[in-house]
Amino acid sequence: MIEVKNLTKYYGKRLAVDNISFKVEKGAIVGFLGPNAAGKTTTMRILTGFLAPTTGEVKVAGYDILTQSLEARRLIGYLPESVPLYTDMTVHGYLEFLARIRGVPSDSLRSRVDEVVEVCHLEEYYDVLIGKLSKGFRQRVGVAQAIVHEPEVLILDEPTIGIDPIQIASTRQLIRELGKERTVLISTHILPEVSMICEHVIIIHEGKIVAEDNIENLSSLISGSRRVRLEVQGSTEQIAERLRQIKGVSRVSYQDPNFIVEYPASLDLRSKIIDAVTQGGFALLSLESMEMSLEDIFLKLTTEEETEEVNG
Amino acid sequence: MTNIMVIAGKEFKSYLASPIAYIVISVFLVFTGAFFSLVYPFNTFTYIETSIRGFLQPASIIVLLLGPLLAMRLLAEERKLGTIELLMTSPVRDSEVILGKFLGSVGVFLVMLVVTLYYPTMLFIFGDPDPGPIGTGYLGIFLLGCVSLAVGLFGSSLTSNQIVAAVVSGGILLALWFIATAAQYLPQALANTINYFSLSGYFPDFMRGIIDTRGIIYYLSITALFLFLAIHSLENSRWS
Repeated sequence: MIEVKNLTKYYGKRLAVDNISFKVEKGAIVGFLGPNAAGKTTTMRILTGFLAPTTGEVKVAGYDILTQSLEARRLIGYLPESVPLYTDMTVHGYLEFLARIRGVPSDSLRSRVDEVVEVCHLEEYYDVLIGKLSKGFRQRVGVAQAIVHEPEVLILDEPTIGIDPIQIASTRQLIRELGKERTVLISTHILPEVSMICEHVIIIHEGKIVAEDNIENLSSLISGSRRVRLEVQGSTEQIAERLRQIKGVSRVSYQDPNFIVEYPASLDLRSKIIDAVTQGGFALLSLESMEMSLEDIFLKLTTEEETEEVNG
Repeated sequence: MTNIMVIAGKEFKSYLASPIAYIVISVFLVFTGAFFSLVYPFNTFTYIETSIRGFLQPASIIVLLLGPLLAMRLLAEERKLGTIELLMTSPVRDSEVILGKFLGSVGVFLVMLVVTLYYPTMLFIFGDPDPGPIGTGYLGIFLLGCVSLAVGLFGSSLTSNQIVAAVVSGGILLALWFIATAAQYLPQALANTINYFSLSGYFPDFMRGIIDTRGIIYYLSITALFLFLAIHSLENSRWS
């Protein structure tokens, strides 16, 4: 449905997107994962026709975004990261305007707007000026405009940024539902979000694609190993040795004053770790699970992780 | 065409919802009204002529300056709000965006002109004016308004700062208006050529009731030129 070939974008002399190629199959929900300034927004702006690529080719449903731009754009619903809204318009005025310039016929205009207002739970705000809405509701209006013309492809740039946790959950739910009958490309820098919403992940870093796979295969990368951080009183070498002897532990490292113990996600070794420490006569001061952060993933993908190994 | 009208309609409504249109229209009416009544003082009935020249002459300068103020938000605000991203990723041509916005602002300008119709109406009630110059006068001021709004829209397409947009387009308009004044210090042949590009050169004919096709064509070409430049500037922003 979306086909990107050797896409490169320079802003002046600054390279934003570096020769990336990928495909998004029809009906897939694909996550575009990367830290800030990785090139996600630039790529999405090119996919939607807002920016022209420096070199490379983008096709949406077979239409070239440069030469058959109008045909391609007709099929795309886009929520930019900044959630742009005409603050002087009412919710329904705004949705109606965008529906019309995207070719929704006037006889079905009303029903389309009513439908997306219902889907996005904006009924109470139908006649309210957008400028008076809170951030979360503005986000919903933004999603509503992206789907008002029933696009086959949805491109959502950081759709859960800057809204409160409850609204994040409902937005994710909404995206999952929208993805049932559409092709969705969603960008995010929040790691768990990808596994919650997407089937397929493209990881982008400094303008380059560093990994691309379905969520099961990447999950070993993303959540395949579990890590706990513990603080123990006693000899570092002896404690590390004891920890290393626990069956299943894949790695022990020491970041003063904490030990970090890594083991496969299929196991839960926390009680064994506590036993090992206490039976060795050491005092366990704290133990906590560590979330694998996006930075960790990138470190894994782009470099060898280098933490201070305990000798032996 | 429908896209153009949808965008024009949206712009027109936005003007009515924001204070800028009312302020611009009020300023226009206050000044033109003052000039109109100063030419026909109420204490004498011995006015020289029943024409609207007293209103048109100052109106032309005011239109020149108010056009950029009306047009400055058209694209600059979209850039500031980021909504330009929605417009430029919707299946509408850049030319449709520009023409729609232009027509929306022309609509507001027409409302402004319609309100001033009470000046000639009073002349018709209390006197016996020649309708010819009044008609051509209005045609001239309308065409000048189109020029002013087109230049204003072009200025607005260059920046996300409305003030910058207004200053740039105001500067272009004043240059085009006063170019003839500067040209008189130049050699005759050169001055003649420059006069041809002067906005102010054609306006007196309209006030006198003369329909000079050169004037009409000139105003329409300048309008078209700056609309074209605005389209180009919008297209260009995709390649930044």
